[in-house]
Amino acid sequence: MSKKNKAPSGFAIWLGLAESSFQKQKTVRFGDASMVTGGRIWSILALLVLGVLWTLSGIYKWTDPIFWPSPQAVMNQFAITATEGYRYFTLWQHIGYSVFRVLAGVFFGCLVGIPLGFAMGLSTKLRGIFDPIVEFMRPIPPLALIPLVVLWFGIGEKAKIILLFLTAVFIMTIAARSGVSSVKISKVYAAYSLGATKWQVLRYVILPNALPEIFTGVRTAMGVCWATVIAAELVAANVGIGFMIMVAANFLSSDLVVMGIIIIGVIGFGIEIAMRLLEGKLIPWKGKG
Amino acid sequence: MSGLEIKGVSMRYALPGGGGVQALKDVSFNLAPGEILTVLGPSGCGKTTLLNLIAGFYAPTEGQMALNGAQIQGPGAERLMVFQDGALFEWLTVEKNISFGPDMRGAPKDETQKIVSDLLETVGLKEFGNKAIYELSGGMQQRVALARCLANNPELILMDEPLGALDALTREKMQGLILQLWKKTGKTILLITHAVEEALFLGERLFVMAPRPGRIVKEYRLPFAERGLKENPRDIKASSEFIEKREEILSMIWEMEEEIMGRQD
Repeated sequence: MSKKNKAPSGFAIWLGLAESSFQKQKTVRFGDASMVTGGRIWSILALLVLGVLWTLSGIYKWTDPIFWPSPQAVMNQFAITATEGYRYFTLWQHIGYSVFRVLAGVFFGCLVGIPLGFAMGLSTKLRGIFDPIVEFMRPIPPLALIPLVVLWFGIGEKAKIILLFLTAVFIMTIAARSGVSSVKISKVYAAYSLGATKWQVLRYVILPNALPEIFTGVRTAMGVCWATVIAAELVAANVGIGFMIMVAANFLSSDLVVMGIIIIGVIGFGIEIAMRLLEGKLIPWKGKG
Repeated sequence: MSGLEIKGVSMRYALPGGGGVQALKDVSFNLAPGEILTVLGPSGCGKTTLLNLIAGFYAPTEGQMALNGAQIQGPGAERLMVFQDGALFEWLTVEKNISFGPDMRGAPKDETQKIVSDLLETVGLKEFGNKAIYELSGGMQQRVALARCLANNPELILMDEPLGALDALTREKMQGLILQLWKKTGKTILLITHAVEEALFLGERLFVMAPRPGRIVKEYRLPFAERGLKENPRDIKASSEFIEKREEILSMIWEMEEEIMGRQD
């Protein structure tokens, strides 16, 4: 190190160009997990290389655009769908419908799943009644339910929201149940001793104690529902980002398909980031009990 | 009859598949209002069971327990426990933890506010009312636990190894705080511990318990708690009187352990 006496900037550390002053003092380096950080400069480089390769492949026509479109074609499609739309709906409407379905599915999943999980966490009888149903439904991929859901509810909004509800509800039930079961007995004892009623113990001890696990459930449900909604739209829909790429594929417009895939990835990532930020805001005590 | 009365209390835990563990056998004692009692014993001697019974978390298989003439039949704010892990509510601020009891009972807000700010000062956390629990050190958390308990003006404070999870230095400081609170509030205190020095220093009375079955084998009346209010705790713990008692109790517990180990062979 040439600049030994100067502390590296936080930005340089984030980029992975410099080690923190503490890391520098370490003599055992290989195998110490704290020696490995994000290395963002390499992320940027990797993306750049991929982008350049992709661009070159477009310019020199390395592949048939039907199999793999050029970035210019994808950008072009983005401009067209964003302004003119695709199949009677603008790009924003396609995205909006998909996101709305996920939010609605998770919302109803919480509405039913959380009370159900609480009931199962608080009563032997209710746990006994619902356990076989929940444990049976949990490992079934939601996509396997599509045929029945379409048969019963058609291909409209209701059917899709019901499918996503079924996806979310068991995740939420299990999250809420384990949140309830994780309460330390000393906290319950303390609350009763301090004069709390059963209802107050539930409201002021068991519920807040379960919130971190419930929130983790919501995060998981969001991710799984996002994957499910795309797949459901591939099967039966007339609007939505999954529907959009399905129709595009039928017309062999790979540029539109790839654009859709990129949007799906970006939104999925965005949901995860948003949930993490929300978690830090709403449940700052998570993992600190 | 005022104070705590424990008469012929036994506790037997049934084990699945028959048999059971006699955690306590025929324990009897009285505790006068304002006394501080420490209970010492090796693990498995039933001291935590005794505390849980008095707190009302379990019912004894035999015997009677009463506080100021009222039978103990469940948890109650007149008998409050300070848990080893604090059992604080990490989703509430320090203030809201302390006011938990009054809040649950629907006490007037301004009265509660007054009690809380007085208690924050008493336990030395004046500037910390709005902090989150997890921002506090272990010693500070136990101060909050003490304050939460005192906010309800209990008649009896039960302490389940309240300093067990703290480092040695913090522990010494907290011992001083417990003695000060005892003097200042005049509360009856029952503290269990497996630290001999702590039991000697804090207990006006001290019970030594033995396991299998859990029972009280020896009782002491000690001057150290009273002296600890005026004198330097280090001087007390270094005095020949203190050391003599400490060695006596240590060898007693040593013998108990040997007896247990012998029985296992």
